[in-house]
Amino acid sequence: MAVVKFVSFEGESTEVDVSPGVSLMQAAVNAGLDGIIGECGGSAMCATCHVYVDENDAHKFDAKTAPEAEMLECAVSPLKPTSRLGCQLVIRDDCDNITVYLPEYQQ
Amino acid sequence: MNTPTLNRTVAPPDFVPQLDIDPFCDDFLTMPYPYHEQMREAGEAVWLTSYGLWAFTRYDHVKAGLSDWKNFISSAGVGLANFRTEKPFRPPSLILEADPPDHTKARAILSRILSPKVVQQIRGEFQVQADALIDRLVEKGEIDGIRELAKVYPLRVFPDTLGLAEDERETLLLYGDMVFNSFGPRNHVFQRSVERYEPVREWIMNKCQREALRPGGFGDQIYQAADAGEITHEEAPMLVRSFLSAGVDTTVNGIGNALYCFGQYPEQYDKLAAAPDMARQAFEETLRFESSVQTFFRTVNSDVEFAGVPMKENDKVLFFLAAANRDPRHWPNADVFDIGRKATGHMAFGTGIHGCVGQAVARLEGELILSALARKVKRIEITGTPTRRLNNTLRALESLPLRLIPH
Repeated sequence: MAVVKFVSFEGESTEVDVSPGVSLMQAAVNAGLDGIIGECGGSAMCATCHVYVDENDAHKFDAKTAPEAEMLECAVSPLKPTSRLGCQLVIRDDCDNITVYLPEYQQ
Repeated sequence: MNTPTLNRTVAPPDFVPQLDIDPFCDDFLTMPYPYHEQMREAGEAVWLTSYGLWAFTRYDHVKAGLSDWKNFISSAGVGLANFRTEKPFRPPSLILEADPPDHTKARAILSRILSPKVVQQIRGEFQVQADALIDRLVEKGEIDGIRELAKVYPLRVFPDTLGLAEDERETLLLYGDMVFNSFGPRNHVFQRSVERYEPVREWIMNKCQREALRPGGFGDQIYQAADAGEITHEEAPMLVRSFLSAGVDTTVNGIGNALYCFGQYPEQYDKLAAAPDMARQAFEETLRFESSVQTFFRTVNSDVEFAGVPMKENDKVLFFLAAANRDPRHWPNADVFDIGRKATGHMAFGTGIHGCVGQAVARLEGELILSALARKVKRIEITGTPTRRLNNTLRALESLPLRLIPH
């Protein structure tokens, strides 16, 4: 079980327990967080689960694939080197604490 | 010639619930939901004796199965037929009836053409068309929601965007109707759609040629991808064909079903009319509640255990998207139409690598029609008995008499 801290654009933090195998998008939607939409349900098709992963935690996820990188180009908030799609960030067995920052807008 | 005999499940193990349900009979296609419930409650995996296939109806298994493209392949057909032994009804689709790596290149091209960024660019024009159509219909008052609205809007905006001329657009629907029917058995529903399609087959296939497509439109962009060497020039019309099969009948029914939902549940329409900004979320709930695409098949690639049952290479597997969308294990009050819920994660567009590549366009069309209605129409009343158009895959209405009462 990992503890993921979602930090909203306004700076408000919400900590969510996330089981291995679950994506950050799914975890955020299950927790009812407003800052992530996940409209396509996790197919990397909509760019509405855009997050900025804390630099110290970036290595805890698989690297970006080409389709994810292309879809990120469609995100409405600014793209940064730490930008990822939450639906592609799946918690690994050995994950502990992770922090991600949410963009101002998803849509 | 001998038909090759394939290793496949003839009878499942004793512990597997077996049901004698024909998911393509008229009764099922007319009102699928009680059958969905029966299958869902019978077990995680159910064997349908009617065709000798596996059925999955619970949300978790539909999602997991559709996501597992290695075990549940598409290249042997996403209908009842197994292309390993049966000749495909039409030349197989480069994207729908394909697996990686072939699938990947076609998918990349369509993803690019239909990306959310592109959808933002077409939004303005789609909005103008939606508003103009609803204005005309409000003026009229009494309308057929299918013939005058659900068919008209997608047939206006989508072929325009593809770059097609304006002639006889309703004819395009015959192709999608036939393709979605072909995923089922060769029953009377399928036969009738083939009879309607055959006379216009050549006309429709000519629409996939470069000269029929305005330079710069979505269709022409497929040919540009061929010019760039991403696919061959022989493959280009095949990929344009996918726009015509998957891009109109689906959204026509998505919008038609949404109108039907709101006609049946006026208190939900009141909520929408009071808050037009809910249109996008509301369309999502209509997709969950009355999914246009009800089912897709896959084929088991090699022996595998899934949902606690041993499945054999070549087994056909039927995933009920629409049943997953009403699984009470996943959705609280699953049988209640509630635009206030977060319907995110529904299976109406499928999921995984074969998840609908045009879903951003479909959502745009649905949202804009519902928001135009919400802004201009106070109440929607069903004024006559709606009739169904049976289809082996799609949930479709033939007519829906409505009265639109303006604000």
